[in-house]
Amino acid sequence: MREKAVLEMRNIYKTFPGVKALQNVDFTLCEGEIHALMGENGAGKSTLIKVLTGVYQKDSGSVYMKGHGKPILIRSPQEAQKYGISTVYQEISLCPNLSVAENMYIGRGEGALLNWKQMNESAGKILKSLGIAVKPEQQLASCSLAVQQMVAIARAVDMECKVLILDEPTSSLDESEVAKLFKLMRDLKARGVGIIFVTHFLDQVYEVCDKITVLRDGTLVGEYEISDLPRVQLVSKMLGKELDDMADIKGDNSAASEKTNEPPVFEAKGLCSTEGIKPFDFYIRKGEVNGFTGLLGSGRSECVRAIFGADKVTGGQVKMGGKSVKITKPIDAMKQGIAYLAEDRKRDGIVGDLSVRDNIILALQVKTGFFKPFSKAKATEFAEKYIKLLDIKTASVHTPIKSLSGGNQQKVLLARWLLTNPQYLILDEPTRGIDVGTKIDIQKLVLKLASEGMSVTFISSETDEMLRTCSRLVVMRDRKVVGELSGDELTQNMIMATIAGGEEA
Amino acid sequence: MSDRYIKEKGAAGFFKSLFRHQIFIPIAALLLLAIFNLIVDPSFFKITLGYSSDGYPVLSGNLMTIIDYGSELAILAIGMTLVTAASGGQDISVGAAIAISGSVVLRVLCGTDSRPEVLQAPIIVAFLISCVVAMLFGAFNGTLVAYFKIQPMVATLILFTAGRSIAAWINNNELPIVSDKTFTYFGGFIPGVPIPTPFFIALLCMAVIALALKFTNLGLYVQSVGINEKSSRLNGLNPQMIKFMTYVILGLCVAVAGFIKVSRLSSINYSVIAKDIEMDAILAVALGGNALSGGKFNMTASILGAYVIQFLTTTLYKMEVQSAALSAYKAIVVIALVVLSAPVVREKLTDLWKKITGGKAAKSQA
Repeated sequence: MREKAVLEMRNIYKTFPGVKALQNVDFTLCEGEIHALMGENGAGKSTLIKVLTGVYQKDSGSVYMKGHGKPILIRSPQEAQKYGISTVYQEISLCPNLSVAENMYIGRGEGALLNWKQMNESAGKILKSLGIAVKPEQQLASCSLAVQQMVAIARAVDMECKVLILDEPTSSLDESEVAKLFKLMRDLKARGVGIIFVTHFLDQVYEVCDKITVLRDGTLVGEYEISDLPRVQLVSKMLGKELDDMADIKGDNSAASEKTNEPPVFEAKGLCSTEGIKPFDFYIRKGEVNGFTGLLGSGRSECVRAIFGADKVTGGQVKMGGKSVKITKPIDAMKQGIAYLAEDRKRDGIVGDLSVRDNIILALQVKTGFFKPFSKAKATEFAEKYIKLLDIKTASVHTPIKSLSGGNQQKVLLARWLLTNPQYLILDEPTRGIDVGTKIDIQKLVLKLASEGMSVTFISSETDEMLRTCSRLVVMRDRKVVGELSGDELTQNMIMATIAGGEEA
Repeated sequence: MSDRYIKEKGAAGFFKSLFRHQIFIPIAALLLLAIFNLIVDPSFFKITLGYSSDGYPVLSGNLMTIIDYGSELAILAIGMTLVTAASGGQDISVGAAIAISGSVVLRVLCGTDSRPEVLQAPIIVAFLISCVVAMLFGAFNGTLVAYFKIQPMVATLILFTAGRSIAAWINNNELPIVSDKTFTYFGGFIPGVPIPTPFFIALLCMAVIALALKFTNLGLYVQSVGINEKSSRLNGLNPQMIKFMTYVILGLCVAVAGFIKVSRLSSINYSVIAKDIEMDAILAVALGGNALSGGKFNMTASILGAYVIQFLTTTLYKMEVQSAALSAYKAIVVIALVVLSAPVVREKLTDLWKKITGGKAAKSQA
């Protein structure tokens, strides 16, 4: 074992039916180090972590831990915990109806839960030492997501962990919450805990990590010191190709902005829904890409949901191509040629058990009506066309969509809506939680569709992406439209200023 | 990228896909039962040609009993599969609803006189009215489940409890008897045709559902709603309506099964008719390898499952198991089948098979 290493994985292999998920992968984690595990979706990050935590059994290879001479065998998450390997997943896996302290001690056996007073006291001590501002007696559900995430970490830390795995812990946190989490991570690092950090956010990697291990297509690309690997290099390592695609996209931007003479495809006046957004006006021209921006919870999703009729619309007029129409439910919007890719892919997007093919044809089949199903051959033809067009990685058209990686699921959903041939496409966070390569693919696709005459509304919590793709931005704050930016106003600073606007005045 | 996907070929791959295939379960169960009977007593499969009291040729034997009584169950399994898939729950009021629709048939046929000399209405009219009534009761269940969001089992518990009283009330708690010969054809034999009529009725129902699944989007809509209601709505579907409709369709299946039931007796026994049939229908769905929590379904597997259950019942009767003890024996076999068909066990079986044949396969791959 390497000096100071707390964990070493050597020559790990893992095969699933039809896919070699890991091939000869090495991974080393040192004490007091924050180590980023990077790779595109399907690169094998999750598999490696699941092998380490005993969720999956490796086919071959060995795992060493500090203090154990021989290779150790981890057959279940419980065993992993015994070795001091704790994991905090993206989705918080605690019980929201229990108190913070109960959540920290549940399932630890040996009467840890019996003495309430003592339990609350010791939980309080740990929370305090980690600087987490929450009372042990508080019900977990009443805490913010970030605090819940930190409680999960506190629980992991208290179990005497030597290796802490954070699997996309920041994807549902806002900036200040992320900062708190990073402080906590640094504290733990100072105590000598080795942290494996999995994330899609490059900024965060460079802010907090010491080392990066890059995986691609189930194989190890390499391990790097953070200072030796500039961002562009990292991205090109993850993609396996030199990257000047970013520049390409920027160049296209000017073409998308000159659309002022086209008539509006969609127009809304005083639109509001049951989700508590203030009535807003909105329009989009033919071939235009615009976006809603604002902080999390500012109401950007609620706006587009109102346009699509996904929430109950309580007022306002809507015009499609200059004619007044009534949209009260999704099917009305679909009939008007509007398509909506929902924000929450898992909850509102995929139909997990159905095949890729059925997922692709679903929206069009609903639009065509109950009595007009496609033949199997026709459906397969549609599916294969889009699998090729969008480069969807799937074993076959019959594969259930839930077994695809996140980015490929998103592409299938895109295919679903493109198949309905919409005039107006709404994409709500189409790039969340997917890899860089797919992100760029999607941005390029949006611009291409727009140049072909489709109107697109693009929402993303990454302002870079919005700036790259949109020619006009609607800015929201506290469920209200507070401004509209276009042309030269489209800069990071201007957006920030508009979002924050209220406080300045 | 392409080299990461391995194509399964040869025998190992074939068996693997067979194990994974849903229809494998009911077929395997059917084969097991058949083999068991062959070993214990091959005469189980004997079919004899006899003559009915009217002198028409009639086939009889255990196999005939199975396709005869299994058919009612198969018809119910069609509706139950859809209800299960869309709403993720089961309708337990099926037996009681059969009592109601059967009672309606008799009421219409007999009019005010409980033992009429001639039928008071054409049989087809009686059947159609019973269909409407059964679909209305289905709609009642469907409304509770789809629009009031009551758990299917709780919602249908209402009709389960009240159904047989309603059935008795429809005929003023009298026992009407139909003396018309034609009426007995539907649950017995059509003169000159030696195969029981219920089997033909079931075939008709299967054809109808097969056509519906092929020429409409029923399958896609129902599965999509069952798997993810929220995203189905965002894809323009109306999940409530679809759930509601599955209960109405089950109502229609109930009417057909009820019609066969009363035709067999030319009368009705309110408290006994189709007793516990809902459990068999649900079992048929489960035996077909369909998740009782809804979602994806395989109609053929469910229908086969229905005949497997009847096969099992008939086998147990043949073994001279007392009718009181029948359920206990059935339970044992059902437990075995359901455990075998559980995904966890199937995965293990696949692994086991891989180990047996694995050595060879690995060598050839290397």
